[in-house]
Amino acid sequence: MPLSLTARVAENRHRRARRHRRLIGLLLALIAAAFVLTLLLGQSFTPPRDILRTLMGEDVPGVAFTVGQLRLPRAVLAVLAGVSFGLGGVAFQIMLRNPLASPDIIGISWGASAAAVFAIVVLGLKGPSVSILAVAAGLGVALLVYGLSFRNGVAGTRLILVGIGVSAMLESVIAYILSTAPAWTLQEALRWLTGSVNGAQLAETLPLLAALGVFGGLLLSRGRDLEALRLGDDTAAALGVSVGRTRVLVIVAAVGLIASATAISGPIAFVAFLSGPIAARIVGNNGSLLVPAALVGAALVLVGDYCGQFLLPSRYPVGVVTGALGAPYLIFLIVRVNRSGGSL
Amino acid sequence: MKPHTLIADGLSAGYGEAVILDGLDLAIPPEKITVIVGANACGKSTLLRTLSRLLPARRGKVLLDGKSIHHLPSRELARTLGLLPQSPIAPEGIAVADLVSRGRHPHQGVFSRWRREDDEAVAAALAATKTEDLAERPVDELSGGQRQRVWIAMALAQETDLLLLDEPTTFLDISHQIEVLDLLTDLNQTRGTTVVMVLHDLNLAARYADHLVAMANGRLHVAGPPEAVLTEENVRQVFGLQSRIVTDPTSGRPAMLPIGRHRMIAEGLSATNEDPA
Repeated sequence: MPLSLTARVAENRHRRARRHRRLIGLLLALIAAAFVLTLLLGQSFTPPRDILRTLMGEDVPGVAFTVGQLRLPRAVLAVLAGVSFGLGGVAFQIMLRNPLASPDIIGISWGASAAAVFAIVVLGLKGPSVSILAVAAGLGVALLVYGLSFRNGVAGTRLILVGIGVSAMLESVIAYILSTAPAWTLQEALRWLTGSVNGAQLAETLPLLAALGVFGGLLLSRGRDLEALRLGDDTAAALGVSVGRTRVLVIVAAVGLIASATAISGPIAFVAFLSGPIAARIVGNNGSLLVPAALVGAALVLVGDYCGQFLLPSRYPVGVVTGALGAPYLIFLIVRVNRSGGSL
Repeated sequence: MKPHTLIADGLSAGYGEAVILDGLDLAIPPEKITVIVGANACGKSTLLRTLSRLLPARRGKVLLDGKSIHHLPSRELARTLGLLPQSPIAPEGIAVADLVSRGRHPHQGVFSRWRREDDEAVAAALAATKTEDLAERPVDELSGGQRQRVWIAMALAQETDLLLLDEPTTFLDISHQIEVLDLLTDLNQTRGTTVVMVLHDLNLAARYADHLVAMANGRLHVAGPPEAVLTEENVRQVFGLQSRIVTDPTSGRPAMLPIGRHRMIAEGLSATNEDPA
C-alpha cells in the first residue's frame, strides 16, 4: 500500500471539501447582500446608519415603520420560507432520485395551502393552529399520493403522475374556497395560489423558525443516509442504511418544512422544485446538496421578491416571479425525463 | 480472525403474491468463490437480495456466523457483508474517489469525522481495482469496464469479509469480464474475501468458481465443485438444453458446448431442446 496514494486521496478529498465550503460561502454572501438590499432600498432609500439604529431598538422616525414593520419582517420571512422550501424540496428529489418528485409538483404544497385557506377563510383561524392544520394536511396528501401510487413498491413516475393529478384537484379546491369568500382581495388570493411574503409580521415567522429547527435538524442528521440513497435503494441498504426508516423520517421532516412555510407565505411557486437542481449546478454532486439547496431557496425568494416589488413594471408577489422562472424549467425537465428517465 | 459462515436455512422469499424462493437450503463455503447459475427468473437475484437482507424472508432464515441476520443492526451487517446490486446509480458528475469513499458509510457515525483509516481504505480499494489514475474523473465519463471496476472499488472500501455481486460482468465485453473476474479472484486469494456472485456464462462460472450452485424454480438444484455440477445431465435439467461437456485445455475446468438444431456436424447430435422441468 503506497503511502502516497493515501495522501493523494486525502488531499483530493480536502480539495473537494474546500470547494464545497467556498461555494456555500458564496451563496451566503449573495443572501446577505440581497437581505441588506431589501432593508436599504425600497420605495425610498434608507441610510444604513438609521437601519442599524432601528435594529438596535431605537425609534427612528419613519424608519421604524418602513424597516422595522415592512422590510425586515419581509426579508426574514423570505429567508426562512426559502430555506424551508429548498430543504424540503431537495430532500424529496434526492430520496426519490427524480427532480420532478418535488413536493410542489406532487401536491404536498397544495395540500398544505388548501388546508391553510380552509382554516383561515372558512374556520376563521389564525397563527399556529393554521400551521398545524397545514402540516397535517401536507402529511395527509403525502400519504394519499404514496398510497395511490403503491403497487409492489412505489415507482417514481407513477408517484409523480398521481401527485400532479392530486395537485390539480387541490388547486381547484383553493380556487373554490377563495371564490366563496366575498371580501377576499386579489392580493391575498394570490398568496394562496402562487405564494407571497407581502404583509409579513415578525411574530408569525416564529413558528416557522421553530419548525425549521426541528424538521431541518432532523433532515440534516439524516444527510449521510440521504446521500447514500442517491446510489439506489439497494446500494444504500447494502451500505447499512435502513431505507424504510430513513424514508419515513425524511418524508415527515420535508413535509413539516414545506407545510409550515406554506401556511405563512403560501406555496411560493417552484422554489422547492428549483432549488435542488440549481444547487447541483452550482456545487456539483460531490457532497451533500441539503445546505446548498436551502441557501439557493433563500436566495430565490429574497431576490424574486425584490424583483417582483421594484424591478418589474407593476408589483407582483414573489410567487409570480419564481413561477415564471420555474415553469419553463418544468417543461424542459418533462421533455428530458421522457427521453432519458434522468435523475437529479 | 475466524472466517464468516453464511447459511440459508429453508429460505422462502418473493415479491407481492409471487413466491420466488421456495424453501432453499444453502451453505456458502467461507473464503471461497461461490458462483450461482440458473435459468432466467429462477431466483438467483432474489437469493442474493435475501442473503443480504434487502428482501425479507417469508419463511426460514439467513444465518451469519450462526446468528439470524434479520436481527442484526443494519450498520453492523454492512461491515461484514457487502453487496453490489445489478444496476447501482452514480449521481451525475460524481468523481470516482468520491463514489468509492461512499463505501465507508457503515464505518461512520452520523456526525463523525473522516478518519485516516477511511482514506487508507479508499486508497487500497482504488489500488486493488487499478482505478487510482481515474480517481478524479467523473464516473459518467468512464467506459463500462472502468465503471464496473469503480463500483467494485466502492464495495471494497466497505471492507467486508463477505462480498455478494449480482451479475458483475453483465454489459461488459469479454476482456473486461475476464478482468473483473480475475480481480475478484485476486481479492479472494490475497484478502481471503468470501465472494458470492451470480453469473450468466456457464463456462466462466465453471472456470472461476470453487463452489458452483445451480438453481431451478426457486430451489437449489445441485451444488458442489464445478466438475460435479457442470454435467450434461444437470445442464439438461436446469436449462432444458442438450450439451456436451469438455475439459477446457486452458484451465482444466469443465466447459459446456451447447447443442442446437443447426450447424451440428456430428451425427445424432442435433436435438430438440425442452423446457426445464
